[in-house]
Amino acid sequence: MTTVEQAVGWRDRLGEWLRERISVAVSEVTAAAALVVLFVALSLASPHFLTADNLFNIGSQTAVIAIIAVAQTMVIITKGIDLSVGSVAALAGVVGAMVVRDLGFSVWEATAVAVGVGASAGLVNGLLVSLARLPPFIATLGMMSAARGLVFIVTGAVGVYSLPESFQLLGNGVIAGIPFAIVVTAAVALAAGHLLSQSRFGQHVYAMGSNLEAARRAGIPVRRNLTAVYVLAGVLVGLGGMIAASRVNSGQPNYGIGLELDVIAAAVIGGASLFGGQGRIMGTLIGAFLIALVRNGSVLLGINIHYQQLIVGIIIWAAVYFDQFRRRRLESRG
Amino acid sequence: MSGEPVLQARGIVKRFGHVEALSGADLTVHHGEVVALIGDNGAGKSTLIKVLSGVHPPDGGEIRLGGRAVAFASPVDARRAGVETVYQDLAVADDLSVAANLYLGREIRRRGPLGRIGLLDKRAMRRGAAEALEQLGVRIPRVTTPISMLSGGQRQSVAVARAVIWATDVVILDEPTAALGVVQTRRVLELVQRVRDAGMSVVLVSHNMPQVLEVADRVEVMRLGRRTARFTAAEATVDDLVAAMTGALTTESLD
Repeated sequence: MTTVEQAVGWRDRLGEWLRERISVAVSEVTAAAALVVLFVALSLASPHFLTADNLFNIGSQTAVIAIIAVAQTMVIITKGIDLSVGSVAALAGVVGAMVVRDLGFSVWEATAVAVGVGASAGLVNGLLVSLARLPPFIATLGMMSAARGLVFIVTGAVGVYSLPESFQLLGNGVIAGIPFAIVVTAAVALAAGHLLSQSRFGQHVYAMGSNLEAARRAGIPVRRNLTAVYVLAGVLVGLGGMIAASRVNSGQPNYGIGLELDVIAAAVIGGASLFGGQGRIMGTLIGAFLIALVRNGSVLLGINIHYQQLIVGIIIWAAVYFDQFRRRRLESRG
Repeated sequence: MSGEPVLQARGIVKRFGHVEALSGADLTVHHGEVVALIGDNGAGKSTLIKVLSGVHPPDGGEIRLGGRAVAFASPVDARRAGVETVYQDLAVADDLSVAANLYLGREIRRRGPLGRIGLLDKRAMRRGAAEALEQLGVRIPRVTTPISMLSGGQRQSVAVARAVIWATDVVILDEPTAALGVVQTRRVLELVQRVRDAGMSVVLVSHNMPQVLEVADRVEVMRLGRRTARFTAAEATVDDLVAAMTGALTTESLD
């Protein structure tokens, strides 16, 4: 190789490297920019936005959306979708509240029970997808209805109240000045991020979402892994549901209706692709924060809740359109 | 090219319901040679490949690897025995990097307790992938590039490279150049020759007769589910191959 060729090769390689990095992180960077813009805009638009109380509120609201969005992200990476997150979170929340009220469980024991409820629902979802081979959309649509039905059956459609002060620990507690829920979220995100990006299991999850047949031929136990992803997602949904119940110090049978849209939006905004194989926890966290801000800002600015729904719908369209556009461009290069 | 064949299939029978896709098919592959497997559509090439790579269990016949009878229950079995296959649809994960694809299902884990809980040694895999590709003369931007950003020829080269890296005896390539342009085809064929020169045996399924005669050492022709002709590539012409494919010429005794 001559020096001229080397010089050209060096520049080409730098260019390629930059293009590669940008294409990997483009959703995250875009979402982060949108987040900053929205944050500044809300600070200017509402005097109540930059108050300690409100920021705390946003923090714990973000926590619930973020934890469940992390669960959704893992499922989306496998080319699946989990529509049952709202119902399962509600089920975990009311059961967690009921064992405290009726059986005198501590808040920690109740959290373990709630996580168990979520994991069980996740196991059913996972088996329906991997063994019964139902499309994830259908499997989790069924669970969405079934879990909500269970919520109303166990509670008699009445909220679970009369809970001790300690029940609020997860949702409203503070540790070293930081909302406890944020600490939990950070731990969850760190663990999930490492699992996805650094472990063999994570690598296989991406591979399965990218090309299931390739993964199978490579000797990856795809059914077991797929089931494990739904169980893990269920664990996080159960935890999220418990935090949500803790925030309002009660188990609410109607909690989480439409939550699936918020968390799918959060994941997709952050770069998770509904076509599978793509998605990162960092992006999902940014997306969750963005969604929480949209919700919070709408309330502060007195925007009707129905308009919030409209806004989230449009965000989902835009994010998925953007993802498709990006994929098409990549494919046309190949 | 004498002695015990590396891979030998004898009298392979494979039925799908009432359809007999293979009715006593044979294939012989010697050490360090490129054998082209040709035949008209429906002659049974792909089925034979799938039997040899463990995708379909045969209903009859015998597969010998290095002289020993083997039975592959799954593609994983075949790979463990040293037979790697590159299928037409490539089976690469587009969203994963080149390095991750080369090590898919065979990831290197970190040493110590971190490895035991499943953490990957990505650096070792990057280094291994870069070295292997360099050795094979496969030119791609970087091993961290996602497959989706590569050209068709580069993807094909990565798929072939993955097979070559892990194969110990035989690499089976099913129509490796069918979807490629002229330059990209050339790259892949050069890669096939380098693999052969490294002492590996290659089974090449192809429709392209001039290409077959150029790259292969020997040609085996299938028709109606069995082997009907064998040629030494240097002595055969495209006309010979076509005649054998259409049944006008046979070199095998068919009983």
